Amino acid sequence: MRRRAFHTLALSTAATLVLGGLGAAVLPAEAARGEADTLSIGGSVTEIVYALGQEHRLLARDTTSTYPPEAEALPDVGYMRALSPEGVLSVGPDLILSEEGAGPPETLEVLEEAQIPFITVPGGLDAEGVAAKIRAVGAALGVPEKAEALAAEVTAEIAAASARAQGAAGAPKRVLFVLSAQGGRLMGAGENTGAAAIIALAGGVNALEGVEGYKPLSDEAATAAAPDVILMMDREGDHAASAEELFSLPALAVTPAAETGALIKMDGLKLLGFGPRTGAAVAELSAMLYGD
Amino acid sequence: MVALTDPAPGARRAAAPPSRLARARRLHLWLALLMIAVALTSLTVGATGVQLWDVARSLARGEELSRMERVVLFDIRLPRLVLGLAVGAALAVSGAVMQGLFRNPLADPGIVGVSAGAGLGAILAIVLGGLLPPALLGLAGGHLVPLAAFLGGWASTLLLYRVATRRGHTSVATMLLAGIALAALAGAVSGVLVYMADDNQLRDLTFWGLGSLAGASWGKLAAALPIMLIAIAGAGLIGRGLNALALGEATAAHIGIPVQRMKRLAILCVAGATGAAVAVSGGIGFVGIVVPHLLRLGSGPDHRALLINSALLGAALLVVADMISRVVVAPAELPIGIVTAVLGAPVFLWILLRQRGVVDL
Repeated sequence: MRRRAFHTLALSTAATLVLGGLGAAVLPAEAARGEADTLSIGGSVTEIVYALGQEHRLLARDTTSTYPPEAEALPDVGYMRALSPEGVLSVGPDLILSEEGAGPPETLEVLEEAQIPFITVPGGLDAEGVAAKIRAVGAALGVPEKAEALAAEVTAEIAAASARAQGAAGAPKRVLFVLSAQGGRLMGAGENTGAAAIIALAGGVNALEGVEGYKPLSDEAATAAAPDVILMMDREGDHAASAEELFSLPALAVTPAAETGALIKMDGLKLLGFGPRTGAAVAELSAMLYGD
Repeated sequence: MVALTDPAPGARRAAAPPSRLARARRLHLWLALLMIAVALTSLTVGATGVQLWDVARSLARGEELSRMERVVLFDIRLPRLVLGLAVGAALAVSGAVMQGLFRNPLADPGIVGVSAGAGLGAILAIVLGGLLPPALLGLAGGHLVPLAAFLGGWASTLLLYRVATRRGHTSVATMLLAGIALAALAGAVSGVLVYMADDNQLRDLTFWGLGSLAGASWGKLAAALPIMLIAIAGAGLIGRGLNALALGEATAAHIGIPVQRMKRLAILCVAGATGAAVAVSGGIGFVGIVVPHLLRLGSGPDHRALLINSALLGAALLVVADMISRVVVAPAELPIGIVTAVLGAPVFLWILLRQRGVVDL
């Protein structure tokens, strides 16, 4: 009996080894790659590469790069803060473009050892931040004029949208960004978040003051925030948050937003990515807040 | 559990039939061969196409290796392999020692508070590390999280040992209960820190908890490997004592085992081995429980052989798990804690099913 246990163990180990070997054998050999030489890390960076018309340069992407949909066809090297050194090397990049915060540091060390240029694209939660990101990507890919044009376009879009919002009649609206409402518990966006920044750009006021980051809200805190509008991400297959259900939550039932049923849903990466679509996002949000 | 119901074979002079120990000893060789085979395979499997035999051939012909080959083999795969072997051995041996010391089949290194303390240390470093003065940060040189995890593991083990020791006698039952309380406390403090963490830190916390060998580097190995090796070797010394302990503490003392000294050594070794392993690889579960159980089932509970076999099988198993984690979703990789749980949990259930009716846990 005991021997049999060992035979099973030995067999399963052998099977694992064979599987591992097969896995190595069927991994994609270096295909014809044309001009592709770049690994793009971070949703907004990938978006900028596409917006600059440089998608033929892309070899691979990270998990957060989901827009445009074509990007998802590229090999995925994993989550940007948990990159594996050999995974990154295996796609054979000659250039790595990354948002701030890629890691872990050990992987970056190995990439440095392998002498692969690694460019960290600076960012920021405002118009200048987006423009700086676009310019950095453009410079790295050798298309500075295109990048300058795109940066100017996006900056102008954001400025126009902000100006229109400021010119709207009445007091600025108080907006509460709700990250999730799972089980009736709200997760709201406080200060220093992408959501707070985009609300400010669109001429609104972030309703949740005195809180840093995305935090769970007590019912009373949500009521005290007194939002005129609730802003959420539009997720596919999100059954949880219809306007009716959301405004029947005790936390939101007595807010001004509930009285008018004001719920805005927008694409998450567009809203919070601070990339080329930020101008459009600001315009869309301010139009929904204040009318055209 | 087998170890309890079998007449502790190693107690003093071979109460067990010698054939059983001999068989368990023969297993050393097979497991060592398995480990070597797995290690060689691991060096040649990976997301890039670099193959061990190609490299060996180029070396034999005296050719220069390409930069890619050199980096992949010597900066990525080799340190990772060494780390995997050491961590696997450390976790499995720690599990075997704990189960022997506590005479409890469910004991794992978590019981002496190492895991809870190390987890808390890591979370502290991830969330609050940025607040440290830059001079101190520079001193830690980017290894703040493993350092904090290691210190956290040690601190909590020391605390538990103090709580459970009175007049030179350590009560393992008190240690077990205090360990539960300490884990709850660490969980609460971690909860507060999780609340304070920003999005990036939350992601880091999640990945840390799932474990990974991806951060292996020679620098990390230089710090962690000696500790793990010394602790594993130290654990190898107490096999006979653990056998005697299966008869009960009083009996063990009567037949001349220095029980208190042995307990201290066991706890020290487990804290060292597990602390260092968790610090460099995060939370990797199930190795410490499954490996010793599997071996007891195969070759009996004699700790003199069990500890060595656990080290060999644990090392081989973790390297296999790491290979799977590197290959299945390449070029990305799966956290290794997921792989060990997926492999380990069914095996553990299978062991329980086999033992059902034979022994009552």
